[in-house]
Amino acid sequence: MKAFSYSRPDSVRDAVAGVAADREAKFLAGGTNLVDLMRLGVERPDALIDVRHLLGHDIEPTADGGLLVGSGVANSDLAVDPRVRQAYPVLSQALLSGASGQLRNAATVGGNLLQRTRCVYFQDVTKPCNKRQPGSGCPAREGSHRDLGILGTSEACIATHPSDMAVALAAVDATVHLTGPGGERTVRLEQLYRLPGDDPSRDTTLEHAELITAVQLPPPSALYRSSRYRKVRDRASFAFAVGSIAAAMVIDDGLVREVRIAFGAVAPRPWRAHTAEDALRGQPADAADFAAAIAAELELAEPLRDNAFKVDLTRRMGAAVLTELAEAQQQGSGR
Amino acid sequence: MRVTATVNGETHQIDDVWEGESLMYALRERMGLPGSKNACEQGECGSCTVYLDGVPVCSCLVAAGQAHERDIVTVEGLSDTGELHPVQQAYLEQGAVQCGFCTPGLLVATHDLLSRNPHPSDPQIREALAGNLCRCTGYEKILDAVRAAADRMDGGPA
Ligand SMILES: Cc1cc2nc3c(=O)[nH]c(=O)nc-3n(C[C@H](O)[C@H](O)[C@H](O)COP(=O)(O)OP(=O)(O)OC[C@H]3O[C@@H](n4cnc5c(N)ncnc54)[C@H](O)[C@@H]3O)c2cc1C
Ligand code: FES
Ligand code: FES
Repeated sequence: MKAFSYSRPDSVRDAVAGVAADREAKFLAGGTNLVDLMRLGVERPDALIDVRHLLGHDIEPTADGGLLVGSGVANSDLAVDPRVRQAYPVLSQALLSGASGQLRNAATVGGNLLQRTRCVYFQDVTKPCNKRQPGSGCPAREGSHRDLGILGTSEACIATHPSDMAVALAAVDATVHLTGPGGERTVRLEQLYRLPGDDPSRDTTLEHAELITAVQLPPPSALYRSSRYRKVRDRASFAFAVGSIAAAMVIDDGLVREVRIAFGAVAPRPWRAHTAEDALRGQPADAADFAAAIAAELELAEPLRDNAFKVDLTRRMGAAVLTELAEAQQQGSGR
Repeated sequence: MRVTATVNGETHQIDDVWEGESLMYALRERMGLPGSKNACEQGECGSCTVYLDGVPVCSCLVAAGQAHERDIVTVEGLSDTGELHPVQQAYLEQGAVQCGFCTPGLLVATHDLLSRNPHPSDPQIREALAGNLCRCTGYEKILDAVRAAADRMDGGPA
């Protein structure tokens, strides 16, 4: 591992200034991704600015009835918060499906959003990788890409974003609060991530030294309450997703009144399925329409030899979860 | 760098810590606490599990500096009576230990589970121990040990 300095500043302002002053400096929160990648030689910061103690560790109600989740909140604490379980079940389910108890205890909300891809070439410094070393090439297209992306990828990079939590946050219209050298701003979760294009080295739209301070959840609603997360993986627990979906839906008189769909493990970012959502709004809530809407979303897909199964998987998993949500509501209203 | 932390109730101060060291390395190589084991160093096996500020974490993914001024309990600190903790006793009696490499991490994870949930169901046990891999036992004896420990602790400290 490259030599680096470690510091624990006294204020957010000092932390931001510290990283801003040094292109090679990085924030450190739980460390479960950054420490791992430094040991692998993938991340090579010359200074770690520990911010865990400076970040919010609380989940507070906002004026509009939503929740403001401090970026230092542990993944395990967010997952079991009673308000989250009740009003945004998809978020709690996504968190609990990720990693292990030990890792969720250490992992923070901000770090989870900014964890890096699990692409094997990115993680192996003896291999070329356009994301890790711009211009070096991408062996994944020809090589091992079973777990990699089918949507939003580019010639230069087909890596996926691995977070489960981010997929759920995309489905519940979360916003992200940032503090940087230029002041504060908020972005919608979807806008936090960028597609690789010909510069896969940057995963997000954050500027250097911008700190995630909080994630804001909109006011509770029937839509978010009627939500769930489904994750397909190679073993029953403790594995990254091969494919996942976060969905929320409200049905009125047999018609889809509102719907949110986000896919995980298929794209460089949580993939909000706007095409499918638009196709479904106002339409009859039945399984065939669900499958057709998702198929329309997947028309953009560019699958490769070994990940073409993800197209089918995503369509079937999506239709199944939407059908379950519809059935749960019909049962609920019949009582 | 100098790191000061409370480990198993005692203040430890270690000097000349290299920033790139993990908490696991610091515990094993500098503080004389080799209980936590080094297996994958990637957060995948849980054999390095320790309590950090009251919650179990993988000490292999904690940079030593992060542990500064924090509270750590390792497998060596689960019992302060000189006797084995009921969780340890149960693992021993149920034959849940073969090579033993995974055991310290499992003991900490089980200790934490039973302190939060004194009567876990089998699925709850499986989920709580999902971050701890064992290559030897096939897990059945481990489940037996967790159930036995729960019974034992129910009747007060054995
Ligand atoms: C074995 C294993 C299995 C896993 N399985 C899953 C899984 O199934 N699903 C899943 O979703 N995740 C999984 N994870 C990933 C895990 O969720 C992340 O490692 C964790 O959420 C990262 O959070 P952290 O606080 O530890 O981040 P850190 O490692 O501290 O930081 C990660 C990155 O974010 C930056 N950063 C951190 N906080 C901030 C902030 N507030 N503002 C700006 N930048 C910041 C850091 O500079 C760094 O680049 C797994 C990890 C491991 C090791
Ligand atoms: S050595 Fe830490 S999890 Fe395996
Ligand atoms: S007893 Fe050998 S790894 Fe568990």
